[in-house]
Amino acid sequence: MIERDRPPQAPVDIAVIGAGVVGCAVARRFTLDGARVCVLEKAVDILDGASKGNSGILHTGFDAPVGSLEQRCIADGYAEYMEIRDRLGLPLLETGALVVAWTEAEEARLPALLDQARANGVADARLLDKAAIKAREPHLADGARAAILVPREYVIDPWAAPTAYMMQALTNGAHLMRGAGVTAGAFDGDLWRIETDAGPVLARAVINCAGLFGDRIDAMLLGDSHFTIRPRKGQFVVFDKAATALVSGIVLPTPSATTKGVVVCRTAYGNVLVGPTAEEQESRTDAATDRETLRMLIDKAATIVPALADQPVTAAYAGLRPASEEKDYRVRVEADRRYITLGGIRSTGLSAALGLARHAADLHATFAASTVPLSEPHWPRAPRLAEHAPRDWAEADNGGILCHCELVTRREVAAALTGPLAARGLGGLKRRTRVTMGRCQGFYCSAALADVTAGRLDPPMALPDRADD
Amino acid sequence: MTEASLKDGAVEDVAVAIVGGGPAGLAAATRLAEQGIRDLVLLEREEEAGGIPRHCGHYPFGLREMQRLLRGPDYARRLAARARAAGVDIRTRTSVVRLGPGPHPTLDLTTPEGATRLRAERVLLATGVRETSRAARLIGGGRMRGVVSTGALQSMIYLKGLVPFRRPVVLGTELVSFSSLMTCRHAGARPVAMVEPGTRITARSFARALPALMGIPVHLETTVEAIHGTDRVEGVTLAGPDGARREIDCDGVIVSGAFTPEASLARLGGFAIDAGGGGPVIDQYGRMSDPAYYAAGNLLRPVETAGWSWREGLTVADALAADLRGGPPPPPTIRLSVTGDALRFVTPSRLSLDGPAPAFDAVQLRAARAARGLLTARAGSRILWTGRLDTLPERRILAPIAPLLAAGPGAEITFALEEGRETS
Ligand SMILES: Cc1cc2nc3c(=O)[nH]c(=O)nc-3n(C[C@H](O)[C@H](O)[C@H](O)COP(=O)(O)OP(=O)(O)OC[C@H]3O[C@@H](n4cnc5c(N)ncnc54)[C@H](O)[C@@H]3O)c2cc1C
Ligand SMILES: Cc1cc2nc3c(=O)[nH]c(=O)nc-3n(C[C@H](O)[C@H](O)[C@H](O)COP(=O)(O)OP(=O)(O)OC[C@H]3O[C@@H](n4cnc5c(N)ncnc54)[C@H](O)[C@@H]3O)c2cc1C
Repeated sequence: MIERDRPPQAPVDIAVIGAGVVGCAVARRFTLDGARVCVLEKAVDILDGASKGNSGILHTGFDAPVGSLEQRCIADGYAEYMEIRDRLGLPLLETGALVVAWTEAEEARLPALLDQARANGVADARLLDKAAIKAREPHLADGARAAILVPREYVIDPWAAPTAYMMQALTNGAHLMRGAGVTAGAFDGDLWRIETDAGPVLARAVINCAGLFGDRIDAMLLGDSHFTIRPRKGQFVVFDKAATALVSGIVLPTPSATTKGVVVCRTAYGNVLVGPTAEEQESRTDAATDRETLRMLIDKAATIVPALADQPVTAAYAGLRPASEEKDYRVRVEADRRYITLGGIRSTGLSAALGLARHAADLHATFAASTVPLSEPHWPRAPRLAEHAPRDWAEADNGGILCHCELVTRREVAAALTGPLAARGLGGLKRRTRVTMGRCQGFYCSAALADVTAGRLDPPMALPDRADD
Repeated sequence: MTEASLKDGAVEDVAVAIVGGGPAGLAAATRLAEQGIRDLVLLEREEEAGGIPRHCGHYPFGLREMQRLLRGPDYARRLAARARAAGVDIRTRTSVVRLGPGPHPTLDLTTPEGATRLRAERVLLATGVRETSRAARLIGGGRMRGVVSTGALQSMIYLKGLVPFRRPVVLGTELVSFSSLMTCRHAGARPVAMVEPGTRITARSFARALPALMGIPVHLETTVEAIHGTDRVEGVTLAGPDGARREIDCDGVIVSGAFTPEASLARLGGFAIDAGGGGPVIDQYGRMSDPAYYAAGNLLRPVETAGWSWREGLTVADALAADLRGGPPPPPTIRLSVTGDALRFVTPSRLSLDGPAPAFDAVQLRAARAARGLLTARAGSRILWTGRLDTLPERRILAPIAPLLAAGPGAEITFALEEGRETS
């Protein structure tokens, strides 16, 4: 049975629909600005949509369209991440990125890309010659002709960051309802009454952060939508941790007009990934992988870093981009109805979320009275999941290791199962602790994990009735 | 080791550290202790020593080691009890997280009390094998509950009394796939099908009768293309011999067999790994590319029985003890490899000349598929050894080491299978 949270007693200032990375950042922003916020999330856990499977890159926006809203939000989001990350305990793997030209045609496009980076304020991007490329990425395939180095493209933890944003919202008074899919709503000129699977919520304003369902929410609540979500799947293959000896940072292809292309990069969890693909599809929920594509990605990885061909595969996953008919974000403001849509946050939402949240606050200020920012907000610490930073297993009283491959302690699992943001699904527990994400994919720890999570997860890892012995 | 020394960050010194307390590690520890090497620790990350047999609730274990017929858990307990009786310091809930380089390697450990370090003269790795995950086999579909390995299934059922599903499909026909049928039966689950990509059932004949007895259809030359379901498994797509696809309803998938050595520590430590078998590269003493390290048991290769792994623990322990007492054997100078698509690996794949008694008197090979013909070991054009072969992927293949040594220092010996050929 899906666990549903109760609605708040009194009307709130802001109802945030959707707890993806954008909704989490928006909830944090408005809470810190002094508003009463309620987040409505359909799934049993936060980060269950587009935000559950991405590349984990904190983009500078060097290749974003010049002058776009996307570029501005990425720049602002980037800056705020750097400002708050220490206080929230968020990791940063200072890798830098290489945009590599493998063909003459690609090489010819680099100068224009460099100009674009500079126009986007990424002044430290620069061209590297073959020797400099080899020095940075010694295991890269021969045949790299030239590259642009973007020194401040970094790797971050795609789950700890939004989890920390939501934690900060919650510890400062926000209300989160999980299992609360929005089904209808109406504005009476003063208040929105939003119907959810978990009961009605009254709010002075609505911010639609529903990601892959953003257009549907607009249609449901406003009667129409200015955009249509065109889900675009991205599949990934994750190599085991020893592969980090082969890749020191982020290796991007020279982008074409249609796609950013397949990247090989390190992850915050100490692996190397290759992906994503860009596959248009109808389904907004089906993030299935397929064998041919995964094989193709491994082959692709081996053309970029040949030694990856011999590395064991740890995991495969896919994410769905909430793309729309247009490249830029689809932001809509209905001042009369006190409603904002942050839609179509396609492929840069992890980087842009904090910037988008500020943008939403600015837009909200155009139609609503301002609130008094919290003078001394709490700063909760994110779960420490990054491989390169100290982790719980090195500390006393950790309870012992539960997940051996990822070195997750029993204390970490217990912590992730309690508190205002307690995990309610195995996916949520993974995103808060890394359990079962490693090379054995649950061979060693499933039994212990099924035991400690009994009665806590939806769906459960084991059936309610026990083995008949 | 005192509490104080831990807090000071002091490093504990021992003669021998054994990593992994399965049959191989326990056998090695017991043997070393019996030979008077007291300064010895066995590091085991689980709550109990015993390794994989702890959750194999079936027979037959213990014939070679104890001349008795035991179930896995009883066998595991007895092996651990023997080691303790011999005076072995077994440290459970102690995970080795990093292996430092020789000549006096430092191991990074973690325990419930936090991180510690240990320095040893010699280290023996015995971390075993596991099954290859669904992800590593590139089986597509969504990520829902109900996809488990046999090992996970056995631990859930035999160690925790938990059942993940009622009507699973079993992928694989290795021995372990048939144990998964037994495990299901024990828990009241009824597998709906067994699926095998190859043309024949991999396991030996006695297990083959099981599906028929249990009324479970076996689909040969069939792969699991994708697993479906939203939150839980609801079905699988099978691709049959003619490429035809079909859907089967089920509520779980047992992704069984396709063993792979748990060699991640060795891999991360930068030691030489055999690309074919996936275990560390060793010589006939069980010595790895860093001569302070030895390896034994199923870490060496996929896959052997508990009894075999146990015996390797003994013989590698003897080699290690001789090294500690009388100095290391000469460095290996002969390299072995396999060629052609019929053979997967050979281990040991290094041989040293003119040393003391070895831990292994034969090399082991495995076939990549069903194959028959003449197996030959050549150094250049010189044939060192031949043997007839009629094999399936999981079967043990042995070739004696003595004739290979005749190749002399610097030799590169290649094993090849000449299919269809019966005699030399
Ligand atoms: C393959 C891939 C790679 C990417 N790589 C990067 C990268 O490296 N760097 C980067 O910055 N970005 C990257 N992105 C982009 C980033 O992941 C997305 O932009 C971001 O996740 C979008 O977040 P969101 O909050 O808008 O949407 P979502 O995460 O989809 O959140 C929307 C939420 O709304 C909920 N919801 C839906 N309908 C309802 C309803 N009716 N009622 C209540 N709740 C509802 C959903 O359950 C969901 O939780 C990548 C994306 C993909 C797919
Ligand atoms: C699912 C499954 C079923 C099997 N069924 C049978 C069967 O029915 N009959 C049979 O004969 N064989 C079976 N086998 C083969 C099995 O590998 C052997 O029986 C035997 O367990 C091998 O012994 P070992 O000591 O090499 O490894 P294992 O028994 O695997 O022991 C390795 C030990 O090392 C420990 N370890 C690993 N890494 C670390 C670390 N970093 N730090 C500390 N400790 C660590 C592990 O916790 C484990 O206890 C099965 C194997 C599997 C995977």
